[in-house]
Formats: sequence, structure tokens, C-alpha cells
Amino acid sequence: MKFWIPAGLLLAAATAAALIVENEYFFFAGYTVLMFVVLATAWNILGGYAGYVNFGTPAFFGLGAYTATVLFKAFALPLGLQIVAAAAMSGLLGLVAGLLTLRLRGIFFAIATIALVVIMETLFINWRYAGGATGLQLLRPPPTLPFDSYIKMLFVLMGAMAIGAVALARWIESSWVGRGLRAIRDSEEAAECSGVPTLRLKVLACVLSGALMGAAGAPMPMYLSFIEPASTFNLNYAIGALASPMIGGTGHFLGPVIGALLLSSIQQLVTVTVSSELNVLIVGVLLVLFIVLAPEGIVGLVRKWMRRFSR
Amino acid sequence: MIFSLELLYEAVIFGILLGCFYAAVSIGLSVAFGLLDVPHVAHPAVMVAGAYGVWVLAGYGFDPILAGLTLMPLFFLFGMALYRFYYEAFERRGSNTGVRGIAFFFGVALIIEVCLILLYGVDQRTVEASYIGSAVTFGDMRIPQRFLVGGGVALVLMATLTLYLSQTFTGRAIKAVAQDEPALRLMGADPVRIKQWAFGIATAVAALAGALLIIIGPVEPALDRVYIGRTFSVVVLAGLGSMTGTLAAGLILGISESIVLMLFGASWAPAVSFGLLLLVLGVRPQGLFGR
Amino acid sequence: MDAALLKITSVSKHFGGFTALNDVSLEIARGERFGLIGPNGSGKTTLINCVSGSLRNDGGSIEFNGEEVSRLPAFQRTRRGIARSFQIPRPFASMSLLENLVVPLEFVVHRRSLHKADTRGEAMALLKDMNLAAKADTPTSSLSQVELRKMELARAMAARPQLLISDEAMAGLAGGEIDEVLEILFKLNATGITIIMIEHIMQAVMRFSQRVVCLDAGRIICEGTPESIVQNPDVQRAYLGT
Repeated sequence: MKFWIPAGLLLAAATAAALIVENEYFFFAGYTVLMFVVLATAWNILGGYAGYVNFGTPAFFGLGAYTATVLFKAFALPLGLQIVAAAAMSGLLGLVAGLLTLRLRGIFFAIATIALVVIMETLFINWRYAGGATGLQLLRPPPTLPFDSYIKMLFVLMGAMAIGAVALARWIESSWVGRGLRAIRDSEEAAECSGVPTLRLKVLACVLSGALMGAAGAPMPMYLSFIEPASTFNLNYAIGALASPMIGGTGHFLGPVIGALLLSSIQQLVTVTVSSELNVLIVGVLLVLFIVLAPEGIVGLVRKWMRRFSR
Repeated sequence: MIFSLELLYEAVIFGILLGCFYAAVSIGLSVAFGLLDVPHVAHPAVMVAGAYGVWVLAGYGFDPILAGLTLMPLFFLFGMALYRFYYEAFERRGSNTGVRGIAFFFGVALIIEVCLILLYGVDQRTVEASYIGSAVTFGDMRIPQRFLVGGGVALVLMATLTLYLSQTFTGRAIKAVAQDEPALRLMGADPVRIKQWAFGIATAVAALAGALLIIIGPVEPALDRVYIGRTFSVVVLAGLGSMTGTLAAGLILGISESIVLMLFGASWAPAVSFGLLLLVLGVRPQGLFGR
Repeated sequence: MDAALLKITSVSKHFGGFTALNDVSLEIARGERFGLIGPNGSGKTTLINCVSGSLRNDGGSIEFNGEEVSRLPAFQRTRRGIARSFQIPRPFASMSLLENLVVPLEFVVHRRSLHKADTRGEAMALLKDMNLAAKADTPTSSLSQVELRKMELARAMAARPQLLISDEAMAGLAGGEIDEVLEILFKLNATGITIIMIEHIMQAVMRFSQRVVCLDAGRIICEGTPESIVQNPDVQRAYLGT
């Protein structure tokens, strides 16, 4: 209940905003922030809880976006089903990729995920039906009631997804799945000898993570009214998905949320006032600083301060 | 898809030269990751930084290869400092090193890439030299001269490094520390200083590799992303810790890429290195010559 | 006569060109206290890695309770009753001492009935047996060496094994601490658990084992009672060199 009441209130507030606020820019920006909350939370399931750092977010995200695109183009499938299909496809990719690569040591797995991104991008560059290298224009259908604008609808939808993703992460964290993943992260060999089915759990984490990322990618083509490979499979999604939890805190389900909110705010501020390159530099520096000085992230720092004050 | 024996022959020759280049570009990673087990995903970024250094010096009239050699001492020192930092921050403290180490070097690569953009912009940069732009004719084939130069320098670099590792005392200490660190410690050598030295060498080699990079083709700050795939696939295919394997693996990659380029065009070429990497990891993770 | 609990037949293990285990065969009876000795590098840890599943043996067979297990991943061998402690303790560093024990309880003992189990209570009981109850909520990063060694044994025991392999649990401990660990192992054996002890501390091996095997350079060079092993010239040569 401690979780669902604030979550429900937030969603209600988001819906209210969508019905009241006129300025669409707020919802454009808000959608992106919420999307990164989902991506960061999803990344953290495999990267944070299990300790398998990876750069594969664009592959799952992009596959979700393209699955939605192709299904929309071929069958005019409604958005809800697009999201389900996208999650299924990306989950499947997580299964296959996970079975192939999760037996490998951490660094090999990380590099293999980069390979996955490049291969997915190459596949879609060469698939003309999905637009090929030049991409595809998409015409948005009318928004479902009670929303009068498609973007506002997407905003609330992504808000619901964010809550769903965070709820899943929270459940995993406190369940036997989370404990198994933590054991794997702390000492995979000891975990295996303690009865933890390490490969199966890692693959499970990979599937869940991939599916969430695919779901987050599905509304993207509608959001932009356009899709093309280079920007869809862009490494920047990997940066955001990785840096947010590592700065926010990988051990707690709120860490990725805090990190995503922080980095999104910085991005909004810096990109508009100075340049997008400076934003990436700030993210890079923050990432290195936190990894070296505060490996538990912002959540860890808050916990430390709270302990100091309680004395 | 045009196919003819002659074109295939040309693709193979081109692939061999390209492969020598890939091997030279990967040999620094062979040391840093293959021997020292450092998850150095920033190695290609350092190399691109080297390429830009060469570009800057070339602006003052330096020959690119000379510029690369000049940069080596500077990069050597940088490499030593970077390893020291990595060691103090991660390996010393033990837990979770793998996870945070990868993310750390990713952050470093990001910082290097962005600094290059901020300093030099996103446009592609090239250098000029007598051997760039002209081609040499062998019978029916025309081979761009810069590839011959690139391949030649690559072979010399690899031979020098291999000789260094097998013939000199420090070189053998480096190989020893990769194989049996406790034994080395018992012999009175300090493994950390040896690893630091080795990492410095790997970084210095990256400077020269950067010179080759800008000789072979134009560079831009995001080029490191493409080369992460190439260098890691060479190192993994070779087998961690194998210097001679690096040449063989580089040739395999170079020839594969060249043939794919000929048969299917440039849009499929980036996938070759990564596809090869996944194949090796799936089928024979210890590589061709690995322990 | 009881069939052997663990039957190792002609097991080999190679690392590249290096042969760590060469045609090793031995049988361990149910309830036995078995000692495994040998100089550094003789293959002791490699052998138990092959038994526990951390490594796959290259040749030969490993039978546990009559079942061939050498193709099974380690977690399935643990679920069938083989548990081990690690020579250099590998705690789950982000968890408390208690939680370390909850892992095998959740994943081995109660994996089909988690909602009904009181894993924390059981873990606490195990800690009490090891005299570690006071440190239940301490993060494992704050534990002393002895406490970590006992944690290793406790965690292995939490999986309710039939066979417990103790890998140099006493290395580097002082006299009183050695006695403490030895007493724990005797107690466990008294409840019916078969124990393989790998140790360098000869007096511990002598006191504990009913039967001892000595490995050298990947081969078994001697097998017998503790007294006969110690007097064996091959064993002396292996330890002291020629």
C-alpha cells in the first residue's frame, strides 16, 4: 500500500494534467522523461540487480518500436496491442540473446550487447518494408477519449507504463528472484553452489528487462510520427538507461527513477541553454564520479545521511 | 550482387591489408584486456583521440606516422596514470569490480568522445601525405597506397611488440603477470607496476594505431563505436593473451569484411565484426589460440 | 553393505596443456569422514570443483547416490545433496549473515513451497548451532575470518546436503578456532552427513578422518588410514620434495 497509493495519486495527477493543461510541450518533454524512467528501471533489473552491465538497450527498445511500426503498417493494430506485441518480441530477443550470451563473463556479455544493437540496426537498415535507411512516415490515428490530443494520451500511457515497470522492479527486489539475482551479482559461483539456477535467473532478468524496453519503444513511432534506424538504435538510449541507475542507485527500485529524473532535468536545461554535447559530457563525468566515489548512487548517499542523522 | 573471381581475388588482397590494419589497431587491446584483464572499452576512444592528435600535428606539417610516434610517450604516460587510477579505484577494493569497471571505462570513452566533439566538432577530419590519395598497380589490381603503408606499419608494430614481449625482461614479466601473478610476486617483482607499465605500452600503441586510423580513412569523434566491435572481435577471436593470434584474427576479420563489402555493399559491413564476435563467443569462446 | 554415496571413476581435467587431474578414482561411503590431502597445486580443489559442478570433468564419471552427475550444472548437484564451502570465503557481500543462509534455504530446501516456509527462522537456528546467532544481521563485509569460515559451512549446511565438502576451512586459523570448526564438523557427521575434508593442517586431518587420500600432481598416490598415510614415503616425498 505504501507504494500503490502514491503511484495511483501520481497517475491521477498526470491524467488530470492531460485534461487541463494546454501547453503541449510539457507533455512532449514529460513523455521522454517517463520513457527514460521505464528504460532505466528495465535496465536495472539485469544491469543492477544481477550485475550484468550492458549496452543493449537500443536493441530491445528499437525492436519494440519497429514491431509496433510494422504491425501498425500491416494491420492498423491499435496501440495497446502494439505495445503487447512489442514487449513479446523484445522479450523473445532477450530470451535468445540471453541464452547465447549470459554464460559469458560480464565484459564479454557487455560487448555482445553492443553487437546486438549493431546487428539489429543493420537488419532494419536493410528492410525496405519497414522503411530501410531512410525511414517511414506514420499517420497517427485519432486519440481515444477522454483525451483530445495524441501526445497527451501518450504521456498518460507512458506514466502508467512507468508505474508498472517500477512496480515490477519493486516486486522482483523483495522476492526470491531478487535475492537470487543479488546472490549472482555478489558471487555467481557461490550462488550456483547454493542452489541458485544462475543461467535461468539471468535469462529471466534479461527477458523481463527486454520486454519492458520493447514496451517503452512501441509508442515511439507514434510519438514522432516517424521512424528510422539510426536514431532508433542510437547509443544514447544505452547511455541514459545505464547512467540513470548507476547514478541514482542500483540497489533500490527508486534509484533508476531518481537518476532518470535527474538526468532528464539536466538534459532539458543544458541542451536548451548550451549544447547537447555538453549534456553528454556532464552525464559522462557524473557517471564516472558516482562509480568511483559513490557506487551506491544517490539512494546510497541518502541512506548514509539518514543513518548519520538518526544517531 | 556482382561476383567474379577477379573481384574476389582483389577483395581478398584488400582484406589482407585491412586485416593487418585491424590487427595493429587491436593489439593494444590484446595487451590491456587480453593480458591484463582490464575491461577497457575506452581503448578505441583513446585511439580516436590519437588520430585527432595526429591530425593536429599534421596541421603543423608532421607526417602522420611521425606524428603518431611523437605522441606515443605522451599516451604512454596517460595510460600509466589511467591504469593507476583504475587500480586504486577498483581492483584494490575488490568487490563488484567487473560491473563498475566496465561502466567506468564506458564513462571514460563517453568523456573522450564528447571532448573531441567540443574541441574539434563532428565533421570528419583527414590528413594528407605523399602516400595518401595515390594508388599502386599490381597487374590488373589497383591498391590505394595508404593501405600498403598502413599494412606495412601495422606489421612492423606487431613484430616489435611481439619481440618486446618475448625477448626483453619487462616484456616477459608482463606475460608472466598475466599467467601467474602470485608467482611473480614471490619472485620479488611488483605486479601492479608491471601491469601499469604494460597498460602504458598498450595506450602508446593506441596512439600509433590512431595515426594508422586517420591514414586509412577520415575520422570523426563517434568512430570509436564502430571500432569497439572490430577490436574486441579480433581480440576475442585471437584468444585472450595471444599476440600472434591477433594477426590471424585481424586477417580473418579483414578478409570477411572485404568480401561482405564486395558482395552485399557497405550497409552490411558494420555487422560483420559484431557477427563474427557473437559467433566466436557462442561457438568457441576461448578463441583460436586462447588459454 | 552400503553402496557408495559418491563414486568417482577415472576422472581427468585439463586446462589447455596442463593436466590438473589424471585418472582419479575413489569411492566415499555414506556417513564417512574422509580426508583429502596433497601439496599445493596437486588438484584437490580442482577435484572438488568437478564434484560440486563448478568445473566439468573432461573424462571419467562422477556418480552420486547411483546417479551420473557430471553433466549437471552445479545448482542441480546442490539440489541433489552435494554442498561445499569455499577455500577463500565467498559471502554474498550485499547481504547480512542471516540472508546468506536464506539463499540456499529458498533455492534448495523450500524451492517448491516457499510461501509456507519460515526461512529466516531456520537460518537463525543454523546460526545458533554455529555460535553465530549474535551476528545474524551483520553485513558479511564486517565479519572476521573465523566467522566467514563458519558462514561458509553454515551456508553449505543450509542446503541440507547429504555430502558436505569442506575446502580448507581451517587454513590460517589459530588453535582454539581450529578446534571450534572441527567440533562443528564432528557434530554434523554425527547427524549422518558425509564429510570430505580438505586440509593442510595434519593434526586436524588425523583427528577427523576415518580414511585419507593423498593427491600429488593430479594423481592419487596413497589411500588409507590417517596413520598409514602419514608414514607413507610417497606422501612424505610429495610434501617435502626429494
